[in-house]
Amino acid sequence: MNVRAHMSMLFHLDKCIGCHTCSIACKNLWTDRKGAEYMWWNNVETRPGTGYPTQWENQERFNGGWEWDGKALRLRLHSRLSGLLKLFYNPSLPELDDYYEPFTFRYEDLFNAPAGTDQPTAIPVSQVTGEPMEIKTGPNWDDDLGGSNTYAWNDPAMADVPPAVREQMQELERVVFNYLPRICNHCLNPACVAACPSGAIYKRAEDGVVLVNENKCRAWRMCVAACPYKKAFYNWSTGKSEKCILCFPRLETGQAPACAHSCVGRIRYMGVLLYDADRIPQAAMVPDEQLIEAHRSVILDPFDPEVIASARANGIEDSWIAAAQNSPAYKFVVQWKLALPLHPEYRTMAMMYYIPPLSPVVSVIEEDLYRLDIAPERPGTAADRDFELFNRLDSARLPVQYLANLFSAGNEAVIRPILRKLLAVRIYMRRKTVDGCVDEQTLALLADAGTSVEEAEAIYRLTTVPTTAERFVLPQYHRETAIEAWADPLSRKGEAGFGFVQPPLRGE
Amino acid sequence: MKKWTKESAAPVERKWEEFYRNRFQHEKRVRTTHGVNCTGSCSWEVFVKDGIVTWELQATDYPQLEDGLPPYEPRGCQRGISFSWYLYSPIRVKYPYARGALLDLWREARTAHPDPVEAWKAIMDDPEKRAAFQQARGKGGFRRVRWDEALELIAASVVHTVKAHGPDRVIGFSPIPAMSQVSYAAGSRFLSLLGGVVMSFYDWYCDLPPASPEIWGEQTDVHESADWYNSRFIAVMGANLNMTRTPDAHFISEVRHAGAKLTVFSPDFSQVAKYADYWIPVHAGQDTAYWMAVNHVLLKECYVDRQVPYFSGYLKKFTDTPFLVELPEGGAARPGRYLRANRLADYRDSENGDWKLLVWDATSGRPRMPRGAVGHRWAKEDTGKWNLEMRDAVTGEDLDPELTFAGTHDEIRLLEFDDFAGGGTLKRGVPVRYIQAEGGRVAVTTVFDLLMAQFGVPRGLPGEYPAGYDEDTPYTPAWQEKYTGIHRDTLTRFAREWAENAEKTHGKNLVIIGAGANHWYHNNLLYRSAIVALMLTGSVGVNGGGLAHYVGQEKVANQASWSAVAFAQDWGMAPRQQNTPSFHYVHSDQWRYERGFTAYDSLPGEKKEQAKEHTIDLQVQAVRRGWLPFFPQFNRSSLEVVREAQAGGAASDAEIIRHVVRQLKEGSLGFAVEDPDAPQNWPRVWFIWRGNAIGTSAKGHEYFLRHYLGTHHNAVAPEMAQGCTHEVVYREKAPEGKLDLVVDLNFRMDTSALYSDIVLPAATWYEKDDLNTTDLHSYINPMQAAVAPAWESKSDWEIYKAVAKRVSELAKVHLPRPVRDVIMQPLQHDTPDELAQPIVQDWKTGEAEAAPGRTMPKFRVVTRDYTRLYEQMTGLGREVESKGVSAHGLSIAVADEYRRLAQRQPRKVNGQVLPSLCEAQEVAEVILALDPVSNGELAFRAFEAEEHKTGLSLRDLAEGLRDVRYTFADIVAQPRRQLTTPTWSAVINKGRAYSPFSLNVERGIPWRTLTGRQHFYLDHEGYLAWGEHLPTYKPRADHLMLDESQETFAAVKDGGMNSRLLNLITPHGKWSIHSTYSENNRMMTLSRGGYPVWLNDRDAAELSIADNDWVEVFNDNGVFVQRAIVSARIPQGTVFIYHATERTVGIPKSPLRGRRAGMNNSLTRARLKPVLMSGGYAQFTYAFNYWGPTGVNRDTFVFVRRIEPPEF
Repeated sequence: MNVRAHMSMLFHLDKCIGCHTCSIACKNLWTDRKGAEYMWWNNVETRPGTGYPTQWENQERFNGGWEWDGKALRLRLHSRLSGLLKLFYNPSLPELDDYYEPFTFRYEDLFNAPAGTDQPTAIPVSQVTGEPMEIKTGPNWDDDLGGSNTYAWNDPAMADVPPAVREQMQELERVVFNYLPRICNHCLNPACVAACPSGAIYKRAEDGVVLVNENKCRAWRMCVAACPYKKAFYNWSTGKSEKCILCFPRLETGQAPACAHSCVGRIRYMGVLLYDADRIPQAAMVPDEQLIEAHRSVILDPFDPEVIASARANGIEDSWIAAAQNSPAYKFVVQWKLALPLHPEYRTMAMMYYIPPLSPVVSVIEEDLYRLDIAPERPGTAADRDFELFNRLDSARLPVQYLANLFSAGNEAVIRPILRKLLAVRIYMRRKTVDGCVDEQTLALLADAGTSVEEAEAIYRLTTVPTTAERFVLPQYHRETAIEAWADPLSRKGEAGFGFVQPPLRGE
Repeated sequence: MKKWTKESAAPVERKWEEFYRNRFQHEKRVRTTHGVNCTGSCSWEVFVKDGIVTWELQATDYPQLEDGLPPYEPRGCQRGISFSWYLYSPIRVKYPYARGALLDLWREARTAHPDPVEAWKAIMDDPEKRAAFQQARGKGGFRRVRWDEALELIAASVVHTVKAHGPDRVIGFSPIPAMSQVSYAAGSRFLSLLGGVVMSFYDWYCDLPPASPEIWGEQTDVHESADWYNSRFIAVMGANLNMTRTPDAHFISEVRHAGAKLTVFSPDFSQVAKYADYWIPVHAGQDTAYWMAVNHVLLKECYVDRQVPYFSGYLKKFTDTPFLVELPEGGAARPGRYLRANRLADYRDSENGDWKLLVWDATSGRPRMPRGAVGHRWAKEDTGKWNLEMRDAVTGEDLDPELTFAGTHDEIRLLEFDDFAGGGTLKRGVPVRYIQAEGGRVAVTTVFDLLMAQFGVPRGLPGEYPAGYDEDTPYTPAWQEKYTGIHRDTLTRFAREWAENAEKTHGKNLVIIGAGANHWYHNNLLYRSAIVALMLTGSVGVNGGGLAHYVGQEKVANQASWSAVAFAQDWGMAPRQQNTPSFHYVHSDQWRYERGFTAYDSLPGEKKEQAKEHTIDLQVQAVRRGWLPFFPQFNRSSLEVVREAQAGGAASDAEIIRHVVRQLKEGSLGFAVEDPDAPQNWPRVWFIWRGNAIGTSAKGHEYFLRHYLGTHHNAVAPEMAQGCTHEVVYREKAPEGKLDLVVDLNFRMDTSALYSDIVLPAATWYEKDDLNTTDLHSYINPMQAAVAPAWESKSDWEIYKAVAKRVSELAKVHLPRPVRDVIMQPLQHDTPDELAQPIVQDWKTGEAEAAPGRTMPKFRVVTRDYTRLYEQMTGLGREVESKGVSAHGLSIAVADEYRRLAQRQPRKVNGQVLPSLCEAQEVAEVILALDPVSNGELAFRAFEAEEHKTGLSLRDLAEGLRDVRYTFADIVAQPRRQLTTPTWSAVINKGRAYSPFSLNVERGIPWRTLTGRQHFYLDHEGYLAWGEHLPTYKPRADHLMLDESQETFAAVKDGGMNSRLLNLITPHGKWSIHSTYSENNRMMTLSRGGYPVWLNDRDAAELSIADNDWVEVFNDNGVFVQRAIVSARIPQGTVFIYHATERTVGIPKSPLRGRRAGMNNSLTRARLKPVLMSGGYAQFTYAFNYWGPTGVNRDTFVFVRRIEPPEF
């Protein structure tokens, strides 16, 4: 057992309001500068949709992630041509148009326009060339589009949704959308690290953060191509690649990453997961339908004395072990089995997790009238009469198949229990707070959903009423011991911040 | 692969990580917020690095509410977090600017005239010069000027206008004081001291829900968002919470997991629909029909089929349902007015007996007069009876009011009920009793019985009642289908779940409603229909229940103290407060382009009298009757009118007023509203600050450009009013360019700035001190300067101080002596004026005496010393010390606090030591110190005052708060929670969430209405005439009648264009707050780099429009050109343009009209709803931003067509 600690983020998609505050918090802090204009380390996608960069999940085009042929695990990127050849010509690399050409406007013309015969206006110009441009795409171009046949239909994860359902999703009956916020997944088996010819990318042992060393990066851009999530970016000004750093300067000072801190939907949680680094290879090499189970098996029980002993042996501080025991990530991912990694079939073992969303009940159109697909009279005494989807998940607007394509390599059997458990908690809470009592039927329903009163209460609490401290369980870092490896902390106390660290130069 | 999971970097190699750590370093973090009418009032931390604001993140230290509620943190949205972009952006106004064409004229005039006022006069007296710079408005040619020069020009124009035309020709528009109370007060205080006009915003923005004053006598009072979490059944209607209540939306997503059920009504699949349990896409604007049928089901199943004790008990106690309504004699009569108490011998001599009402007491078997009506509220002798105790107001006996006469009636009478959609009337039987009144027997029924008949609930009574839900008769589930598109089964299922939830939870049913509903012409009826469903289920005044209307950040929590400062009441001034919808309808000449309100309103079948009238005529009558304000008030300067009176021997105020009334009666003095196009009646100088008056909020924007500014425009609508009016002078030629000067204070070059003459650089929200409150939470938040106002910008307080100083200096020459000014005000809500007009009479036609304050407006005489304007501006006057502050009709003594402030922040003025108002922070201290929400001792005194009025015991609510007193430093340290006070309506002690009217329901304080209860029935003569006495459904305006597409239709036809007429919907958007942030590069990048036009996919296909094609959107009012988004989530037949575009950024020329295309308001026009002008009658009595017609804009139709990429 080789125990390591990981800072993981959870996204409760049912709560996401699609506001993009997270994206701007990140942009303000990290990518608001030359060469980084088009980068959104954190972005939010409307799904079904084509995402950013466009169709990033289309690995036929981008060749990101890993392939497993039953024997060996190989980067898709290198499986067809040799890595060396790609150094100079890499057709898998996304181009600027796959992202978008960043733009601004000639705002100053509003002040400077000479007296004329018509009103002046600020025209759009490229942030790359400075020249006037037509705005044809952006980092969130299909915002709130849902039913669009241009965008939703070209969502790679929609490909195997039955045509009849897809047709319906363009109509009142079933039109729907949801949001998918995305940052770097700080994977356990990161393709970017594997692909980097310069050895510039590493995963920090203390918290799992994957970083591109800006001094060592030589601009081969293999990370950009190899990352199946397209979360490594090339800075055209510095000539270096950059990516989400999980706000490590904030984590190191006990603050949640800016995207999580700013999440006004309160959908994000941060917590420590202990994992067994030795188990990673076997977990990445199982058939698709076993991926989620295998992934969960890498995460260790922080209450297990053996795990605790091994963790200590590996230099993990007690405060981190305590944080792992109190971790919302551990609860949602392992204990309650409600949260899943995005696209486990990429086999990078993403360490950010998603709780799949609920959606409204579908409808039928009868003689031009809209009728909810529910019984006009309420079904007698069933405890689930308030939330009928509990027994009819296929009447939810978001097809289960679609969610499975995102979060369980297409395995619906992983998704259904999650949605039923979320609904069971709602039913339980409704009976408790509206009727003032929880009857036998409700208890039976909880059991049917694989949960209990105790667990339902815990899920309810952490879902709805947590404070910042409960959502972000952040252990203190021991920076002094990290610094000690290369400098005396006492002299660092007096010297830190003096001098000005210049950004790494191109090619340096 | 193992090696990748290991630490491969040597420790020293990780030194490079400093790169990102250094970026994260910052020198300072400062708590502030954004003042943008978003309702957020979010506490933010602004990070300063190298003296530059670099980013912002939310503060998360809100004091927690009671256990079991989710916390408020973090609050803040994508817009707020992008604000730091503005500070140093190229759209920032860094220096004062003036239009070159004006500047040249000014400098030339200043050379010729050493006196600035003379110089300004010289330009104004030359029509060619005046036109020359007016026509240059909005066409570039700005030049940077020095502050001195700009201030001198502005002050000269103000002094000239006061001298030449009167002070009420100087107007000012600034919205939403709550978002930055000191900054608003800067201008309003200046204007109030000057005698200028302060223009309303809440009604003009169409944020005001008129149903709230109608039913509750309250401007708006709503739940803080944490209280949503107490609900268990939530209907969201016309409010896209994720988009518009972004920091609050989590309470909705969270309460679902606490067991609440969520239904979303919106025609489009919206962001909030995504996590609804039920999404019910009622056709746009047809929610009224839906709720009318829900109410039918509720009345049938909870009041006929069986009885729900909680519901009927609630109705009897807290609503007007048991009150008696008189039925006129005759055949199939319509219901009449409430039976007045003084009609009965028992109560003949009761004080204010016209304003006390009756119920039928089951115990004594006769009509009795309970407590709580408005007549009790304003009693001078029989006091302490204004409460909700159901006891006889004379004897004190307990009463048991009957809801219905069914079964105990003397007779069943067939009454007429309007069917506006179907046309004609329905005759339905109503049980009546006969009562012996003065002058004979009268038939009465209860409001409840009228409701049952109105909703067509069958109870075995004769008349046109439906047999069941499947019969297509108003207002059955089957009836609503054709309007809403929603199947009856879905409706009845919803209604039953609604009732069940309310019965089990005692009213934890919540309607969250917003602009999507409130911007329709018949918004009051729409809201009423939903409020009826709340009242019928006992859901108002309950935590987690009621109507949560959120459109605009109207809640100035510290209203009592703030209004004293903002309207210069401390110097004894009476402000000139103007309802802006009327102002713009009249002054921007939009009335000239329509035939009259019957084009868009509906009247009962046989009431054709009003149909002959034009809205402008009713507007004139409303002013004459004291129902609505109007400025300029007279067709001569108000200063001149007083001088004439004095010359005629009038010495006292009363004599001056008598002189005025006499002249008005004779006609030797006229109201300006009667001849709005006469040059002497034009507004002249316009100050705009904190808002986008010419852009975002200008319904009929192109008419603003034409008639106010006198510059280019894109309107092609023909004039139509000639011959349709009789109360106004119709001048052959409509004036173009009424305004002499437009001054805009701004940090952005927005549309208003672009069209103004002078643009003054304003400090941003990160550069000034201020106060910010909202109704979405219960904290008081500060704004603080993180850095100095950048470049040459100044805070609004500093700017108005500078203007005031310059005006005072020029006044030494031009207005050297104190002058007397007579101010005209309408009858005022929350004063005894509520009892002014039991019946509607017109003094002009001789029906009644011309009696100020009764049959006509009130007049007040004040003294102005313009040379001391600056001194008054910067010191808190002593009227506050002697008279206290007031709100909700309560007076609160503050003399001790006043004296304490005078010691803490002294300012010597004219030998007196006053509390200083020199610095913005000092103003904030005064506002905090003198208001009951932030000073517990004053909360206690307010409850004492309320006890006196109500006879109830209330002071216990503030007993424990007496030591609490917040200062600016306190709220800087941490947001502080407001205190429980009777200047609001909720009990919020001990962390309880704010739920409106919980104070009324729990402690028996009446609503500020006619009956003192919540009103189902509205018996003002106007409501009876318009058929809105009962909740009803009126159809949407017929676009063919709207007089805004005829010319365009011809052009489309003649030009063979592939274009169609679609309903233009302008919901609040995702990437802006009104127009602010819309051009912010962050928001532009995350949206589509413009102001897209959303179209349904089928409509788009028919018009050959593909996603991202350029489209032209146009009607007779103007034109808009942007790119299309095509989406199946948009309902067919509509086009969405998210509200409040700018015309500054990325706007091409219109191929059709040849000029730069306009903005979303280029397509709209102001249309007033006459019934909302009613006044002088209980809750229908004017107050600023409380009452009056609203600036509706949803009933707008436009043509849309695809165009080739246009020219910029």
